[in-house]
Amino acid sequence: MARQREPKEIEVIDLNPKNNKKKKKAKTKKRPVEPMIQEEEESVKKVSRNREFAVITYGFLALFITLSAYFCYFLGFQSEDFINNPYNARISQLSNSIIRGDILSSDGQTLATSYIDDEGNEVRSYPFGNVFAHSVGYNTNGLMGAELDGNFYMLRSHSFILNQILNDLKDEKSKGDSIVTTLNASLQQSAYEAMGFYDGAVIALEPSTGKILCMISKPDFDPNTIAANYESIATDTESSVLLNRSIAGLYPPGSTFKILTALEYLNENGNDEDMFDCNGSYTSDGYEIHCYGNKSHGQETFLEAFGNSCNVVFSQVGLSLNLREFGSLANQLLFNQTLPTKLSNVKASTFSLEDGASNSLIMQTSIGQGDTLVTPMHMAMIASSVCNDGECMMPYIIDSVQNDEGTLVEQYEEESYGNILTSVQADELETYMRYVVTDGTASKLQSDLYEAFGKTGSAEYNSNKDETHSWFVGYAKSGDKEIAVAVVLEGAGSGSAYAVPVAKTMFDTYFGY
Amino acid sequence: MLHLLVTISKYTIMIMFAIYTYDCFAVLRRGMSQWRRERMYKKQTTLIYLILLNANAVLLCTTMDFRILIMSLAEMIFIALTLLIYNKIYKGASLSVVNNMCMLLTISFIVLTRLNMNQAIRQFGLACVALVITCLIPLFISKLKFLSYLSFLYALIGIGGLGVVAIAGSTEYGAKLNISLGPVTIQPSEFIKILFVFFVASVLYEWEDLSELIYATAVAMLHVLLLIASKDLGGAAIFLVTYLAMIYVATKKPIILIGGLGLGAIGSFLAYKLFTHVQNRVIAWLDPLSVIDNQGYQVSQSLFAIGTGGWFGSGLGQGMPDKIPVVTKDFVFAAISEEMGGVVALCLIFVCISCLLMFFNISMSVKDSFYKLVALGLGTVYGIQVFLTLGGVTKFIPSTGVTLPLVSYGGSSLLSTMILFAVIQGLYIIRNDQESEVEDGKTKRTKRNRSN
Repeated sequence: MARQREPKEIEVIDLNPKNNKKKKKAKTKKRPVEPMIQEEEESVKKVSRNREFAVITYGFLALFITLSAYFCYFLGFQSEDFINNPYNARISQLSNSIIRGDILSSDGQTLATSYIDDEGNEVRSYPFGNVFAHSVGYNTNGLMGAELDGNFYMLRSHSFILNQILNDLKDEKSKGDSIVTTLNASLQQSAYEAMGFYDGAVIALEPSTGKILCMISKPDFDPNTIAANYESIATDTESSVLLNRSIAGLYPPGSTFKILTALEYLNENGNDEDMFDCNGSYTSDGYEIHCYGNKSHGQETFLEAFGNSCNVVFSQVGLSLNLREFGSLANQLLFNQTLPTKLSNVKASTFSLEDGASNSLIMQTSIGQGDTLVTPMHMAMIASSVCNDGECMMPYIIDSVQNDEGTLVEQYEEESYGNILTSVQADELETYMRYVVTDGTASKLQSDLYEAFGKTGSAEYNSNKDETHSWFVGYAKSGDKEIAVAVVLEGAGSGSAYAVPVAKTMFDTYFGY
Repeated sequence: MLHLLVTISKYTIMIMFAIYTYDCFAVLRRGMSQWRRERMYKKQTTLIYLILLNANAVLLCTTMDFRILIMSLAEMIFIALTLLIYNKIYKGASLSVVNNMCMLLTISFIVLTRLNMNQAIRQFGLACVALVITCLIPLFISKLKFLSYLSFLYALIGIGGLGVVAIAGSTEYGAKLNISLGPVTIQPSEFIKILFVFFVASVLYEWEDLSELIYATAVAMLHVLLLIASKDLGGAAIFLVTYLAMIYVATKKPIILIGGLGLGAIGSFLAYKLFTHVQNRVIAWLDPLSVIDNQGYQVSQSLFAIGTGGWFGSGLGQGMPDKIPVVTKDFVFAAISEEMGGVVALCLIFVCISCLLMFFNISMSVKDSFYKLVALGLGTVYGIQVFLTLGGVTKFIPSTGVTLPLVSYGGSSLLSTMILFAVIQGLYIIRNDQESEVEDGKTKRTKRNRSN
């Protein structure tokens, strides 16, 4: 009896008022006529009553479904920002059961590896020593470079599951996954050697993807011995050895900034048919600007002035520009904001030129002096975007993750930030930057192997006008192969004499000399 | 070796919990036979025991704390007793609701044992007390007829209680929540929530003129204002939304719901402008990492835990949930997600949704309009509280500092939620009695038909 008394549909939820109505109707059909009318009225009442309940129920359902979807999105896509945060104490705990994985270059070299020494301690070794100091980084007294950005992956293991179980039973550590970087070891080495004894930075990107092919900062350190020397290196504030100058060094751009001034002039002027006259110096409001080495360029077109890096023409042009437009162009080209990269600790470049700025400041800013400061990474991204038809790809250094046997675990895809230049603007700049190589200050880059484009710069950084940072920003291509670079050598002298040869070595290596 | 055990346990618990959760919803399918449905509930019950045993075995191995053996036994008996009360003694109680209650308590026992043995023991003791107290509630609900006449009493206790807290409450994490009575500390708002639902229901279930609406609204707003004065914003949000849902259903005027939510939004904005503690919560919500040393610390730690645990979790005892401040109370969900995995955490959300659906289901199908409103109100209280705590822990919304019902550590929260579940069970029993009358009628009729 008790069983029979249990209702047939204990927990059927019916949120649909229509269904309720149907059910009622179906029931009522079997009944005599008079009560049917009553029932019908009742059911109408019930329908209207249930609508509010349905609103509340569906409202809550929608809230919780959104919450669940967000939770999945967080776990799937957003959590890496949190996992890799240096405040997250959980990561270091992973190293109790995992031997830190290797860091590899894109051409198969081992850039960092770990082994267990005779005393059972885990030792990290860097076969290339100083060459990859900042790009690969270190894992002691904090983290830096790829060691920082790939920290979590190297402390996970996708090693063969039975091996892991076996290691577990033996109470031994499993080997963590390796990260394959985008760095090209032979390119990095040749650029490192080409820099000679100068301090400074070199960075190279693949324009179509944003892969960082090469990243050097000097002065450097030996990551193999950094644990022992950390105190003296970290406290040496004068040379800032630990600073990765390629992404966090802020330099005056010098004449490489003329890329922006030229673009703004072309935007405002519509054509470049005007002729200019350079007699070696130009004075406005009592401020005098000279061309490099006091050279006088005579009659020239705007294109020729760009190729000659003529300060006289560019400071004149600068005074004619709409400063507000100029400022918004700089912002469009990623000044005054965090650069869209996948790296940690990238500094933002700064540009400011407000309405009513003094003529001297406008003139200086137009030729890349003044208050403007840029990172080599930023300039390389601009060159890369010109090469890539205006589209800026976000630079990244971790290409893929593989297990200890080389089986792919995760492949990272390139990501576009969008167009920072229109393709018309990119074409214009390409013409200008090509002219610098064919007829201007970077003529050393002419080669049969590739077609090079760029802009040189000699940036004054103190009151002594003879001391300048040597700059080159540009790219080269041959067939489908492309590379964008930024080179800065501190206090070396003119761009064409010092930075351009470094770029040439890199291009020659990359295009297979 | 230990690691292997932890890993196996982690995946088996995950699979079992996923099956349990699937059954929560599979059982709602139309046209399923009573027999199959009952078998599914039995399967769910078995899964609860297995998950409890599995997790306790791992906890025992990792901590070597032999009190866990006794605890496991006691917890099994507790669950068996709960199931006995609602399955066998009471006829017509919702098996889904009782299973979910046991499941949530099981998760609570597991995670508290992992986090803090002393709190786990205390919580278990409180659960036993709560079971004894609440096991008679369904009986009272189905037999006492005068509950809908006590509106004045509910309001008086509610406002009085909240008033005392606002004046004499002890401050904890910036909000006044608790009253100390000798050795015990209680959080009156946890219980007043339920009284509040009864109050609103008793005024609105057969309202006739505007004065009743004004009376209900005034008293409700007084509740909300007292909570704001105690800086308990999570509590204020729960009361406000519950009131809006109930008055909307009672009056059938969508404008009230929309207008009320609009006013609530304006109120939140004003609170943001006026109170620094609200601003801090919002700052911590927008970008916790940028203020990780200050306001963002707790939320960041919670997201570190959830993120590092990933979909499958680190395994019980293998994570660092202790890094999260108040992890056993407001942030217990992060600890579960870290060690048991995102999949289990997601299942937990769906078990809560399943409870919620059962609450709204009974509010739609019970005939008495007073109890209809009570069930709706209690469902809303439960739903909004779960949403606030889960949303806060996962950075979906700013953190409001409310507990996860049945799972978080805390006597008042546990007892009040078990009361809430017991009231709901009472309503299922009422409905069962109503339907079995109809059923009896039907049986008689069919018999007559047959004899014809």
